[in-house]
Amino acid sequence: MDIKISVKNLEAFYGKNKVLKNISIDIPRNKVVAIIGPSGCGKSTFLRCLNRMHEVVGGTITGSILVDGEDLTKTDPVLIRKRLGMVFQKPNPFPTMSIFNNVAAGLRFNGVRNKKILAPIVEKSLKQAALWDEVKDNLEDSGVNISGGQQQRLCIARTLAVDPEVILMDEPASALDPISTSKIEELIFELKKNYTIVIVTHNMQQAARVSDFTAFFYMGELIEYDKTTKIFTNPSNKKTEEYVTGRFG
Amino acid sequence: MNSSKFFHVKRKIISAVMMSLSLVATLIAVIPLVLIFYYTISKGITYLNIDFFVAMPKPVGESGGGMANAIVGTLMLIGIGGAIGIPVGVMSGTYLSEFGNNKFGATVRFLTDVLSGIPSIVVGVVAYTLVVVPMKHFSAFAGGIALGILMIPTITRTTEEMIKLVPHSIREAGLALGIPKWKTTILIVLKTAWKGIATGILLGLSRAAGETAPLLFTALGNRFWSTNVMQPMASLTVYIYDYAKSPFEDWNNQAWTAALVLIIMISMLSLLFRIITRSKFKTK
Repeated sequence: MDIKISVKNLEAFYGKNKVLKNISIDIPRNKVVAIIGPSGCGKSTFLRCLNRMHEVVGGTITGSILVDGEDLTKTDPVLIRKRLGMVFQKPNPFPTMSIFNNVAAGLRFNGVRNKKILAPIVEKSLKQAALWDEVKDNLEDSGVNISGGQQQRLCIARTLAVDPEVILMDEPASALDPISTSKIEELIFELKKNYTIVIVTHNMQQAARVSDFTAFFYMGELIEYDKTTKIFTNPSNKKTEEYVTGRFG
Repeated sequence: MNSSKFFHVKRKIISAVMMSLSLVATLIAVIPLVLIFYYTISKGITYLNIDFFVAMPKPVGESGGGMANAIVGTLMLIGIGGAIGIPVGVMSGTYLSEFGNNKFGATVRFLTDVLSGIPSIVVGVVAYTLVVVPMKHFSAFAGGIALGILMIPTITRTTEEMIKLVPHSIREAGLALGIPKWKTTILIVLKTAWKGIATGILLGLSRAAGETAPLLFTALGNRFWSTNVMQPMASLTVYIYDYAKSPFEDWNNQAWTAALVLIIMISMLSLLFRIITRSKFKTK
């Protein structure tokens, strides 16, 4: 299997509190990996370790995270975040920027100011995020005057515009209505052709629908990691079985 | 039945009394404002003409004349004060909110609060000691420094509060795009909070425009036209102070006009800020 991200013995802390215990997991290229588990199991923390956002809120990590063989824990976090884009739980477009500038933000603030270069990238990103047809006539409108589902797709477009290799999604549809949710899920299906995707979700049907592999986290430990079909039909671990069948969590 | 009716009436009476008391208190609060406007407009309007803006003060005994030097002087003094107070205030406010979550930040926060409570005349004395005495003469520069110091606490604390209102998710969005922290802070967080910060700046400038005490022994005042910042400079507030306490009726009237012009200038400044900070997006 072609491995994109290889996590070895990852431990994450908030102060002295250990929130991830000895996680080792391989994430294959151009696949969707779903992270499931009850609240507080460390799924979001795991995701935020991958693009070094965990340390923004004062956390620390040990272990190694290899992306194409390069250890992220020893690289400049600013560079890492361009390679591993992130979509958050709640849509968070920049309120003072137009739709166009929201998508272009990552490039503009890293020195690309020429609109002739930006325009095609913005269009491509919005098309990839399946938002282009809805906003193409209003690119100069505010990024927060569109619906929540559109805002989330705008945030996805914004992430795609900096041309990442991996997209990390932290419950990207949990604040959205069912129609917007299904749009995001279709989008994930399209995006995995070009990107490696790691998605944290509370919704087990969603994990089953969109992912190729599923990892079950519990109390900061990786309990089971396997093909999604196996996790949901014939899990090896009793805890996993209890969780996916809804007996706890 | 009777007792319940009694309580009902009692409650109604208490409610009516309290309501009237609140109304009276509100009226009392508004009265000074109305009086200020009434007197400055009715008394100030007499001398309000083009001359007031373009002509120089006339010597005692001659009627007419204007305060062109004082209007320009006030604008310049606010300008110098703003050039000092705005950058220091905005930057220290940004520091306090984004990086000041430590002992040093708490100390600065406390000292800023203390500074905002210091009487403006004391700030004037400090500027006198630090600038006027070594330079051996009064100057607009010294006055501007005094005004700048007075603006700093207002602008610092407003900036800090406004930046704190920017949701954490906006900062995370910037960082997650691979935008360095300093750029995220300036180009995204500060920009998002900009409207509120501008209000703080406006408050600081308005307060400075209305100060007299710190100018008395720094910028001093000037009967003549001068735009040299190293020389004494006229200002509307000092003119109001001098003319209002003078025995000449003509001067007293001009003091009212100066007060009116000062109020108009501050309103224009406020309007200008509204226009500058207006959102380019239509609000739905």
